[in-house]
Amino acid sequence: MNKIEAIDVNFYYGDFHALKGISMEIPQNKVVAFIGPSGCGKSTFLRLFNRMNDLIPGSRLQGRILIDGQDIYAPGGMEVDELRKNVGMVFQRPNPFPKSIFDNVAYGLRVNGIKDKEFIRQRVEESLRGAALWDEVKDKLNSSAYALSGGQQQRLCIARAMAISPSVLLMDEPASALDPISTAKVEELICELRNQVTIVIVTHNMQQASRVSDKTAFFYMGEMIEYDDTKVIFTNPHKEATQNYITGRFG
Amino acid sequence: MAIETFPKGYGARKRRSQKTAFGIFRGLSLFIVLVLFAILGFIIYRGAGVIDWTFLTEAPSDGMTSGGIFPAIIGTLLLMAGSAIVAFPVGIMSGIYMNEYASKSGWAVKFIRLMTNNLSGVPSIVFGLFGMALFVKYLGFGDSILAGSLTLGLLSLPLVIRTTEEALKDIPAGIREGSLALGASKLQTIWKVVLPMGMPRIITGLILSLGRVSGETAPILFTCAAYFFPQLPSSIFDQCMALPYHLYVISTSGTDIEAQQPIAYGTALVLIIIVLVINLLAGVLRKYFENRLKLK
Repeated sequence: MNKIEAIDVNFYYGDFHALKGISMEIPQNKVVAFIGPSGCGKSTFLRLFNRMNDLIPGSRLQGRILIDGQDIYAPGGMEVDELRKNVGMVFQRPNPFPKSIFDNVAYGLRVNGIKDKEFIRQRVEESLRGAALWDEVKDKLNSSAYALSGGQQQRLCIARAMAISPSVLLMDEPASALDPISTAKVEELICELRNQVTIVIVTHNMQQASRVSDKTAFFYMGEMIEYDDTKVIFTNPHKEATQNYITGRFG
Repeated sequence: MAIETFPKGYGARKRRSQKTAFGIFRGLSLFIVLVLFAILGFIIYRGAGVIDWTFLTEAPSDGMTSGGIFPAIIGTLLLMAGSAIVAFPVGIMSGIYMNEYASKSGWAVKFIRLMTNNLSGVPSIVFGLFGMALFVKYLGFGDSILAGSLTLGLLSLPLVIRTTEEALKDIPAGIREGSLALGASKLQTIWKVVLPMGMPRIITGLILSLGRVSGETAPILFTCAAYFFPQLPSSIFDQCMALPYHLYVISTSGTDIEAQQPIAYGTALVLIIIVLVINLLAGVLRKYFENRLKLK
């Protein structure tokens, strides 16, 4: 079953044609990686799934994006905050709020109207456990999130995103600002979360894509060149451009 | 290809000129500090002798040649509070609007910014004149604390707007995106994340504006300040005395200027102390908010 479906998507920043006629289907509870050189449009495409590009003045979208069969850009359709409750996001740089560890994870619940303290406490614990962070922070839930290391902060951001139980998790180069050990932890986490959510991850790191993803899409100059099972992309790609990129001949 | 002939002695010359330059910078900085200390020292030297309990707690007496400056202290504090009530909410909300809501390149923001910049360049006496025309005459508030507070509030508005805007501008976009991505509305994002992060700097700006207000004479000249009003004001429609105006009066149009000189220095010293205390308070509040956020 398809979780996300993009139908002939074109996207413009002003006059710049950033995404050119992209159609793809992302199956439920799979991990899909977007790879490609800087500026190829993969992050832009990812940010369409939770309408993060709405914030950019002068941008324009053609085509349709369906999540669970529903057009998320349909006028008069879904409200953007409802969409984002269902489609979580983890960013390149860890961006915890200047609040306590607890309040960071509780934030998404609170801004969506949940007040039950006991429920929030339970959710926070579950989410931190889910992000493999509980044991490290359980004794200092009230300390500032800024006191954590970069890797811990990123796992906190994953816990924060998962706390409102989205069914899709978007990850925009989630490990590119982290050291190798933290990166390994984040990757492990992705593998554990795949049972609960559909994950779309943008990455510059091809080993990472091959390690964590079921399917991989290669983007180049605003086009999606090839999209297939990760195994195929990395062992036997059909397009020459893909072959060149994964073997490091350009990019 | 290796470079064989670097100019001889160039390194020594480089280090020497650096030393000289920094020497000059340091000297000038010290000079400024000296000047500031000289002013402060002079005021303390001339004013400290007059300050005692009577001076701080009693009204002027004997044609303002003796007694204290209590009504002027209270008047200045009231005007500061009044102008804060006028300028802070309006200024902070405008600053938020400018940075968070309005389109950055839109004509509305450009126009408002141009206006606030121009407003901050308007001489304070012009604010006084405007305040007199609008608040005192047209709206019929008379010479009053209300009219004075409104005039001073308008005067400090540009500073409050600008500092709010600048404080919010420096907050990384990623933090806002993080909040929005969790389904928070823009207002929730501003209220729960952006404002708390901007608070230390906003507070500093607010307090600086208070410091400025406390020393302004011209805007209250025609709108509020009383030459001599020994009892305390009983409502916001009363006039009041104020430290800077009192200082001006007893230095220029007093009954016995020679005898009043020490009082003038005492008044100046009290005014300076009030500003210093406020600045200290700003520092403490800033620290408090920063600690709460653990930004540092």
